[in-house]
Amino acid sequence: MIESTISQMLYGVSYGLLLFMLAAGLTLIFSMMGVLNFAHASFYMLGAYIAYQISAWAGFWPALVLAPLALFAIGALVERWGLRRVHKWGHVPELLFTFGLSYIIVELVQVIWGRPAVPYRVPAELDGPVDWLQRFDITFPEYRMFMMAVAIAMLVAIWLLLTRTRIGLVIQAALTHPQQVEALGHNVPRVFMLVFGGGSALAGLAGVVGGNAFVTEPAMAGTVGAIVFVVIVVGGMGSLAGAFIAALLIGLLESFGKVSDWSLAQMLSTLGMAVGPATPGYEVLTLTLAQVAPVLPYLVLVLILIVRPKGLLGTRED
Amino acid sequence: MSLPLREISYRPLNFGRWLIWGFTALLFLLLPAYFSKGFTLTLLSQMGIMVIFALSYNMLLGQSGMLSFGHAVYSGLGAFFAMHALQRIAAGTLAWPVSLLPLIGGAAGAFFGIVFGYLTTRRAGTPFAMITLGIGEMVFAASLMFPGFFGGEGGLTADRTAGSPFLGIPGITFGPQVQVYYLIAAWCFVCMIAMFALTQTPLGRIANAVRDNPERAEFVGYNTQRVRWLMLILSSFFAGIAGGLTAINFEIVSAENVHAVRSGGVLLAAFIGGVAFFFGPILGAIVFVFFAVALSEYTKAWQLYLGVFFVLLVMYAPGGLSSLLLMNLRVMKFRKFARLKDPYVGVLIATAALALGAVLMIELTYHVTLNVGQGPEVRVFGFPFDTSRSPGWVFATALLAAAAAAFEYYRQRFKREWDAVQVEIEDWIRDNP
Repeated sequence: MIESTISQMLYGVSYGLLLFMLAAGLTLIFSMMGVLNFAHASFYMLGAYIAYQISAWAGFWPALVLAPLALFAIGALVERWGLRRVHKWGHVPELLFTFGLSYIIVELVQVIWGRPAVPYRVPAELDGPVDWLQRFDITFPEYRMFMMAVAIAMLVAIWLLLTRTRIGLVIQAALTHPQQVEALGHNVPRVFMLVFGGGSALAGLAGVVGGNAFVTEPAMAGTVGAIVFVVIVVGGMGSLAGAFIAALLIGLLESFGKVSDWSLAQMLSTLGMAVGPATPGYEVLTLTLAQVAPVLPYLVLVLILIVRPKGLLGTRED
Repeated sequence: MSLPLREISYRPLNFGRWLIWGFTALLFLLLPAYFSKGFTLTLLSQMGIMVIFALSYNMLLGQSGMLSFGHAVYSGLGAFFAMHALQRIAAGTLAWPVSLLPLIGGAAGAFFGIVFGYLTTRRAGTPFAMITLGIGEMVFAASLMFPGFFGGEGGLTADRTAGSPFLGIPGITFGPQVQVYYLIAAWCFVCMIAMFALTQTPLGRIANAVRDNPERAEFVGYNTQRVRWLMLILSSFFAGIAGGLTAINFEIVSAENVHAVRSGGVLLAAFIGGVAFFFGPILGAIVFVFFAVALSEYTKAWQLYLGVFFVLLVMYAPGGLSSLLLMNLRVMKFRKFARLKDPYVGVLIATAALALGAVLMIELTYHVTLNVGQGPEVRVFGFPFDTSRSPGWVFATALLAAAAAAFEYYRQRFKREWDAVQVEIEDWIRDNP
C-alpha cells in the first residue's frame, strides 16, 4: 500500500515538475512583457516534434540540446517579427496574435508530421524501472526520474541566471522599471526578445522530455495548454514560486485522482446514510474520483478564485 | 422665464438608422429568393446563427473589454437545454411552440451566465481570459462525464417538426430548410435590434467606461465587477438564443457545442469583423462561416488559411474588416480615393498572386502528407498538378517569389500614399472642427 502511494506520489511530482517547466516560461514572459503567450503550449508541442525528428536522425541526446535551441530561435523570431509589431496596438492584440499563431502551428505540425501520433520513444538507456527503488518494491520508470532531474536542473539554472548574472539583473530590473533600464543604456526590446526566446526554449525543453513520456500528437498542445493556464492563475499571475507550488499541487491531484475509486456515495454510506438510485443527484454522487479527475484542476481554479482571487502567492490584481 | 430642461430636448427622426434596419430586414426577406439551393441556404442559416453569437460575444470583448475564451459554454448549454425542451415537446409533455425554443436556450444561457459570471467577472483583463478558458474546459470535461444529460459522445437528437404548426398555419412546421432560415432570420433581426438598443442604454455606456478606464468608473461610483457581470449575463442570454437556434437547425447537440474550438471560433469571427463597431462582428460572422463551412468543403487546409488570415489582420489591421471598410469610406468621403487607385490595383494584384502561390504551395504540401494513399495527382483551382514531379513545385515557388517581390514593391508605394492621405485628412479634421 505504502509502496504504491509513494510511486503515485513520484508520478504526481514528475508531472507537476513538467507543468512547472511550462509554467515557468509562461510566467517569465508574462511578468516581463505583460503578454499571455497562448502559443506557449504550441511551442511545447513543437519541441516534442523537433526532438522526435532529431532523435530519429541523431539520437535523443543531441535532441535534448538542439530542440530547445531551435525553439529559442523560433521564439526570438516570433517576438522580433510578430509580437513587436503588434505591441503598439496593446495587450489584447498581442494575446490574439499568439492565439492565431497557435492555430497556425497546429496546422503546420499536421502538414509536416501528419495527423496521427508519431513514435517518439524514450531512449533505450533510460527505458525501464529505477533499480534502487525496485529494492523497496516501488516501480517507477527511470525516464520519469530523468524528467524530474531535468526540471530541477532547469529550475536551479533559471534561479542562478536571474539572481547571479548581469543579464539576469537587467532582466529583473526591466521587469519593473523598463524605462529606467532603457535610460541606463540597455536595449530593452532585445532583452524582451531574449526573454521570449528563453521562455520558448523552456517550453521546448519540456516538450523534449514530455513528448516521449506522454504522447506526441497534434492534440498535445490543447490538452496541456489549459492546465498550464490553471497553474499560473492558481499560483498567482507572475509569481514563479506560486507557479511551482500550484504545478506540484495539480500534478499530485492528477496522479492520485486518476487511480482513486472513491466517490461521494461511498462517503455517505460510510457515514451511515443509505444511498440508492432513488437518492436525488445519484448520478453525481456515484461518480468516482477517477471519473472526475479531468475537471479537478478546474475545480481548484474555481475554489481559489472564490477564496483568494489573487492566487496562492500572487500580488497583482490583474 | 426658464423652461424645464427635459421639455426642450430635440430628437429628429434618425432616417439613416431606419433606412439601414429597413434594408437589413429586406435583405433577410429576399436572400432565399436568390440563394435557394440547399447548400447556400444552410450556409445562410449558419451565418444568421453566427451573427447572433458573434454580436453577443462582442458585448463582452468590444463593449466591455472582456476577452473571453469560453463563450461557447453559454451557447452550448443553451443548445442542450433547448434540445431537452424539444425532446419534451416531441414527447408531448411540454406545450411550447418550437419557434420560441431559442428563448429557453437564452434563459439557460443567462442562468449559467449568472453562475459562472459571478466567478469569472471577479477579475478583469488577462486573468479573466484565462479563467474563462478554464471554465470552458471544465464544462467540456463535465459534459462527457454526465451522459444522462449531455448524451455522451453521440449527443442528443430530436425532431424539430414535432411541435404544432407555427401560429396554427398548416404547412409551417420548420421541416424544410427555408422555413428554418426564416425563423433564424427573424430571431437574428430581433436580436440585432435588441443588442444595438442595449449599446444605447446607460448600462451599455457604463460598460464602455469600464472597458476604457475601470479605475475612473469605480471612482464615479460604479461597481465595475457588477457592470461586467450584468453585461456577461445579457451576453450569455443572446449566446443561449444562438444555441437554441443551433439545436433547431442541426437537430443534434453534442459536447462539441461547448468545446474550446467553438469558443475560439466566435472570438475569431468577432475580431475578424472588428470589435470597435457594432456591425463589425456581423461582417466577421459572415466571413468566418464562409471559411468554416464553404471553404472546408474544398480544402483540408481551411484552418491554416483562417489562422493566417487572422494573424495578418491582427498584425496589420487590428480594427478588423469593419475598420478597413470605414477608413476607405473616409478616404472616399474626402475625395482622395483617386490618388490611391493605382497603388491599390498594384497591391491587390500582387496580393492575389501571392495568395495564389501560397495556396498552391500549401495544397501541394497537404496533399503529400495527408493524402498519401490517393496518388500524386491533385487538382488545385481545377488544374491538375503532379506532386511527385517538380514542375508543379517549381511553378508554385517561382510564383510565390515573384509575387512576394512585387507585393513588397507595391506595398511600399501604397503605404507612402496611404499615410500621406491619412495625414491630410487628420490635418483637415483638426483644422476644421
